[in-house]
Amino acid sequence: MTRVGIVAEAAPETRVAATPTTVAKLIALGYDVVVEHGAGAASSFPDAAYRDAGAQTVDRDRAWASDIVLKVNPPTPDEVALLADGATLIGLLAPALRPDVRASLQTRGLTALALDAVPRISRAQSMDVLSSMANISGYRAVVEAAHEFGRFFTGQVTAAGKVPPAKVLVAGAGVAGLAAIGAASSLGAVVRATDPRPEVADQVRSIGGEYLPVVVDEVMDSGDGYATATSEAYDRAAAALYSAQAREVDVVITTALIPGRPAPRLLTAADVASMKPGSVIVDMAAAQGGNVEGTVDGERVVTDNGVTILGYSDLASRLPAQASQLYGTNLVNLMTLLTPGRDGRLVLDVDDVVQRSITVVRDGQSTWPPPPVAVSAAPVAASAPMADAVPPKPTRTLSTAGRTGLIALGIAALFAVSAVAPAPLPQHLTVLVLSVIVGFYVIGKVHHALHTPLMSVTNAISGIIIVGAMLQVTTPDAPVQILAAVAVLLASVNIFGGFAVTRRMLAMFSKGDR
Amino acid sequence: MTAASVATAAYLVAALLFVLSLRGLSTHETARTGVGYGIAGMAIALAATAWVTVQNAWGDPQATFGLMLLAAALLIGAAIGLWRARVVEMTGMPELIALLHSFVGLAAVLVGWNGALHDPGLSGALRDIHHAEVFIGVFIGGVTFTGSIVAFLKLSARMSSRPLVLPGKNMLNVGALVAFVALTVWYVITPSLWLLVAVTVLALALGWHLVASIGGGDMPVVVSMLNSYSGWAAAAAGFLLNNDLLIVTGALVGSSGAYLSYIMCKAMNRSFLSVIAGGFGIEAPVVGDVDHGEYREVDAATVADMLREASSVVITPGYGMAVAQAQYPVADLARRLRERGVDVRFGIHPVAGRLPGHMNVLLAEAKVPYDIVLEMDEINDDFAATSVVLVIGANDTVNPAAAEDPTSPIAGMPVLRVWEAENVIVFKRSMAAGYAGVQNPLFYRENTQMLFGDAKERVEDILRAAE
Repeated sequence: MTRVGIVAEAAPETRVAATPTTVAKLIALGYDVVVEHGAGAASSFPDAAYRDAGAQTVDRDRAWASDIVLKVNPPTPDEVALLADGATLIGLLAPALRPDVRASLQTRGLTALALDAVPRISRAQSMDVLSSMANISGYRAVVEAAHEFGRFFTGQVTAAGKVPPAKVLVAGAGVAGLAAIGAASSLGAVVRATDPRPEVADQVRSIGGEYLPVVVDEVMDSGDGYATATSEAYDRAAAALYSAQAREVDVVITTALIPGRPAPRLLTAADVASMKPGSVIVDMAAAQGGNVEGTVDGERVVTDNGVTILGYSDLASRLPAQASQLYGTNLVNLMTLLTPGRDGRLVLDVDDVVQRSITVVRDGQSTWPPPPVAVSAAPVAASAPMADAVPPKPTRTLSTAGRTGLIALGIAALFAVSAVAPAPLPQHLTVLVLSVIVGFYVIGKVHHALHTPLMSVTNAISGIIIVGAMLQVTTPDAPVQILAAVAVLLASVNIFGGFAVTRRMLAMFSKGDR
Repeated sequence: MTAASVATAAYLVAALLFVLSLRGLSTHETARTGVGYGIAGMAIALAATAWVTVQNAWGDPQATFGLMLLAAALLIGAAIGLWRARVVEMTGMPELIALLHSFVGLAAVLVGWNGALHDPGLSGALRDIHHAEVFIGVFIGGVTFTGSIVAFLKLSARMSSRPLVLPGKNMLNVGALVAFVALTVWYVITPSLWLLVAVTVLALALGWHLVASIGGGDMPVVVSMLNSYSGWAAAAAGFLLNNDLLIVTGALVGSSGAYLSYIMCKAMNRSFLSVIAGGFGIEAPVVGDVDHGEYREVDAATVADMLREASSVVITPGYGMAVAQAQYPVADLARRLRERGVDVRFGIHPVAGRLPGHMNVLLAEAKVPYDIVLEMDEINDDFAATSVVLVIGANDTVNPAAAEDPTSPIAGMPVLRVWEAENVIVFKRSMAAGYAGVQNPLFYRENTQMLFGDAKERVEDILRAAE
């Protein structure tokens, strides 16, 4: 039976790769699960809880010697040495950033799967550990900021005076950014958010934030669902926006990351210096160099003007029980995919795009990097910009002078006819012209859905021609009478049919009850 | 207070009620009251006219015979009208309305003929004017009559919906107008019956040709235009009979119908003048066999899965939904998705279907709440944030070529930008081109999948798969 080992992480990591809940699910997949003594202690999962879930608790060497080892952080060379020959290691291996880890795993027929390399496609969302961790980090960033910030987030009117709400700026509306927006707005703060991708504006608004667009003639359209680097013109406009916001807001949370590159610099030292004393910055990109000038990775820094900059890069680990639960669930979902028979046998299918993407080392051979995957979340490239580029089809329109001339001609003709013609023609023309104008204006704002009922009602009303036929039907002339009667028949079909069908249609239109 | 003066007063009230009726039809909240006003106006007009007629005819045997004819015709007409209105399928509404327009046209022709056959005993200029009025009335009525008949035949698929392209078709139209003016002048100078016959034939031929040379896809504008023509026919009859109510009502219908057509022309990026002239949209499609690549097929179960995971869904129906009678299952699908908390909305193109607002009527019939049925401008910016778009029997109205390919015959026509959504499911019977005869590159997009078959059956399959 295949044995799955859950190993303890080195301090200061507080997360663990499996919780009692997810251990039970692994066992249900047919695996034999062992957990290193004390692996879950920092996440408040005692050994007893794992045993209750059906796992054995074992010592360090035995846990590492399992067929499959589940882990959070990349292994040290010492830990790799503990792995059995031909074992499989699954964890956050940061394959793009840590070639040393990759190199150390290319030995002894090992297989390494990087959970952080899951492609961003709909099918793989349940394993997208970056999203689940980013969600936690975003929430925790707000909590850390609130902890440092010396005032309420929410506005209040109390007997002791009025408290204005805190103003929070969230830079980057990815998963972490959106989580931060949601958390900050639920604390009552006024939240603003920036992002180079304008399509996230609705998402920002949907969770209570205000989207601040960077006005520049460029649309970011990445092929893989992650943000890419921006152009110079955009950067200048963005810098101006951030400088203006820095002077105004109380809390800044930056989440801007570009995969495989240093984090973009969003706030300069001058921007930080312009902030109010007591303001708080949480730089979630600290590990990649920071979005803010003056951030120290993993540290809390207070500037000369009293602005606190938090560069914690372990935000998810600061919510260990929650992070372990989500991480463990992502792992279970991956293991479910890798165990098609639910029989405790791990099968790696490299033709599957998800499995291929996460495979860093296979049987001791490097398989990194995987072929690129086009993600489903991306809009079809270039469709929208092209739509704007098409010039409108030229249509023949009259010049203003020509139009005025035509109107003048029409009015003159009406005048001439009315002046010359005998009564009752001028009177009829007056009625006609005024009715035409009324007709234009009376339906000017018709609702689009009512076009059909309007048409059938006007159709019924145009059956008014029946009046003409009725007046003729008593003429002492038999052929005329017959023809008039036929006309009455036709027109009355129109009148009764038209009104009845309109009523039937309108009876169907009803407004939603929610 | 004579019968005539009472009738005039009643006509004024009726005309006001008609104005209120049209006004009421502008919004959902007032629409039913609007129909009420219309019916009241019509009842007052009929009662007043009937009274005047009876007063004039009392005691005269031939007039009494006329009254009996009148009563019989009215009853039979009412019975037929009510019956048709009760049994018509909502999908058959365009045909019914086109047919009703032809009745008004024919009635106008008959009234015009009567005006000619029965000499009212005028002289001098008034007599000339009367003759001209007869001709104008017959002409407009005739054009409306055959035009509506052709529209009816095309809409009910009894006639090919392809545009008829005769050589020099514009010259034919203009020539017919010139001939009409010439005949009118001739008739005013020397009235004779054969001229009246000639102008009637001319009008019938022109009406036929005008609508026959318009493609089926442009029918919504045509129906609305014919509605306008039927109004003008009534107005012309009003001139002929010295009846202000006819003039007022005819002009109301005529101008409001023309304005409605104008709104729709703008929605289709067509020139209004070329619509009135007839035969617009005859630029034969010149699209060759461009290789669009492969299309992907999908089955109902997969679509059900996609819908289950979607956060927002937009349904864009077209004429195909009407043909397949799919509005009930579609409404059912929308209702169930909404119960699951999915944001479901409908996006309606202004010229979807074969009648303005056709889709709205069908969806309303199936009890889709009208506040989730949005028009193109309201929904077009939301497609980018939509998980799944269901294109049900629509084609040209969702064609990206209109926005992206300047050489396309439908270039510049505003379309629903469904292709911006994450996933697009196209319900279609086959890969054939739409009414405009234009191939649709949407079907070959990366994010588009085709669900072939009858729209109703496929939607029902999805409902079953979603159980």
